[in-house]
Parts: sequence; C-alpha cells; structure tokens
Amino acid sequence: MISQPAQDDRGADVADGPSGTGSRGTRILGLVVLAGIALGAYLALVSSPPDVNMGDSVRLIYLHVPVVTVAYLACGLVTVASVMYLWKKSAWWDVTAAASAEIGLVFTCLTLVTGAIWGKPTWGTFWVWDPRLTATAMLALLLFGYQAVRHLPGDPTSRARRSAIVGLLVLPNVFLDNRAVTWWRSLHQGTTILNTLQPKIHDQMAFALVFNIFVGLLLAAWLMIHRWRLAWLEQQVEVAELDEAIAERRAEGAAPGTPAPGTPTPAATPTPATPTVADPTPATPTPASPTPASTSARTEVQP
Amino acid sequence: MSDWGFVWLGWGISAAVLIAYACWIILRGRAISRRVAPQDRRWL
Repeated sequence: MISQPAQDDRGADVADGPSGTGSRGTRILGLVVLAGIALGAYLALVSSPPDVNMGDSVRLIYLHVPVVTVAYLACGLVTVASVMYLWKKSAWWDVTAAASAEIGLVFTCLTLVTGAIWGKPTWGTFWVWDPRLTATAMLALLLFGYQAVRHLPGDPTSRARRSAIVGLLVLPNVFLDNRAVTWWRSLHQGTTILNTLQPKIHDQMAFALVFNIFVGLLLAAWLMIHRWRLAWLEQQVEVAELDEAIAERRAEGAAPGTPAPGTPTPAATPTPATPTVADPTPATPTPASPTPASTSARTEVQP
Repeated sequence: MSDWGFVWLGWGISAAVLIAYACWIILRGRAISRRVAPQDRRWL
C-alpha cells in the first residue's frame, strides 16, 4: 500500500497518479465557486440595500444563513452515513461520515461566530442563552465529541462502529436546533425565506440571500469532495502502516536465532519419552495393562 | 464599532477560517498522497 516516494523497482516514477486530492472536476468546480463567492459578496456587500431595522448589519445575514444551511446539511449527512455504515459495514460510508462531520463542525462554529457578531449590533449582546443559540452550541459540542470519539485509539472497524453510534445523535440535534424558535419563546427570528404565505423579505435581498446559499452549497460540495478523498488516503495509509507493523513482527519471529516471543527455547523443549518405531526393545506388556490389540478384541466382542 | 465594522469582522473571520481549512485539506492531501500507491489514489 505505501509506495516509495520517488521511484519504484523499475526506476519509473510512481507519482503518475494524482498528486493530491484534486482532479479536473474539482478544479472546474473550484473556479465556479470562486466566481460565485465574488459575485455573492458583491450582491451582499454592495448591491443589496440596507435593512430598515437592522441597517447595514443585515449584510451579515447573507453570510450567516448560507453557513448554517451548509452546517445543517453536513450534520444530516453524518447521521445518514452513520446509519448506512451500521447497515452496510462499508468503509465508503464511514469515510463519508468522517468528512461530513468535520465540515459540519467547521460550519457550525462559523454559525455561532457570525451569529454572535450579528447579534451585537442587532440585540446589543454577543450571546444570550436563547433556545436557538443554546441548541446550536449543543450541536457544536456534539460534533466536538464525535471528533474525540473518532480519534480514540483502536482498530478501524471498532472506531467506525462507535463513531457511527455517536453520529446517530447528530440529526435529531439539528431538528431540535431548527425547531427551537417554534417550540420555545426565542429572541432569534423565525422562518423568513420559507414563509411563502407572508414573505418578509425584499426581492433584491431575497435574491442575494438565495444566491449566497447556492454558492455556499457549491463550496460545501468542493470541500466535501476534497475532505472525503483526504480521509480515504488517511485510511489507506493507516491500514498500510498496520500491515507493515504486523509483517515486521512476523519477520522478527521468523529470523534465525531470534525466537518469536512466547516460543520455548531449545533447552526447555522436552525430549520425547515414548519409544519410536525403530526402538529395538519394546516395552513388555504386563497382565495388569492389556495391550491395545486385546482391548480392541474386547470391544469387538461386547456388542 | 459601526455596523460596517461588524460586517467586515464577520466576513473576514469566515473568509480566513474557510481559506485556512481549504488550504489545510489541499496541503495535507498532497503530503499524504505521496505515501499511497497510485492505483489507490485515482479519482474519477
């Protein structure tokens, strides 16, 4: 599995595969994402008007909502991939859960930070123990816990299984977080975009917001592809290192003059006490100990 | 701090975190892919 870094036995360059996690598709997607971010920033920071109540701080909403959308989707994927791993026992789903959990953690932390920065000019405080904010903090803690479980030492299979069990808790927490503004009295505003009966947002602002959500999803897809490939490579290296360590131990045990651990030394090996076939003086049977032949004959008679 | 100060702070922190995270993924991917055989790192 682990290759030599420069050349193989034939002298050929072994680095003829991709030199990282990128590919032609991800490069094209990356360029699209960069262009989208530039246009989205223009719409958010220049083109859209200030809000009648929030003023220019509304421009943080064009960042905060896409970030939390990506966080929710990544967290949902953690639970879906965890369920699929427990069902299929496939490394593909384990790697998917690992990659999406890390992306979910990054975007959940950004949700808390951008929300706090937006809250200061709007609510007058960075933090309040509001149901939505508290549920989001719980989600971040859960994702930190997931990372801790994933980095516990152990064999890959048991690590994947216990990570998947923790991953089952993520989606219910997202649902709790999303419903917190409905179930409890909350300082955080409720549904704005999806409230189709009574739209509460100006068209130009809605376009900037939806466009930035779309760009956020493209960025998440780009990050997810690269992070998935990185997690796959890490798993390959881990398995290869484990195989190499086992092979080294076996080679140590098989080397002449170096007994493997637990193997008795030649001096401690007992010599055979039973007579061999070539033994010229076989033991004479006594009357008290019948010969095998007589035992066999008696067995045949008994039935 | 004015509204624009908070706006730049939020956008700046988010951009810095995402750029740093993307760079970490790319650079670690390049470093670790050298330790994996080419047939195990062929992406579609």
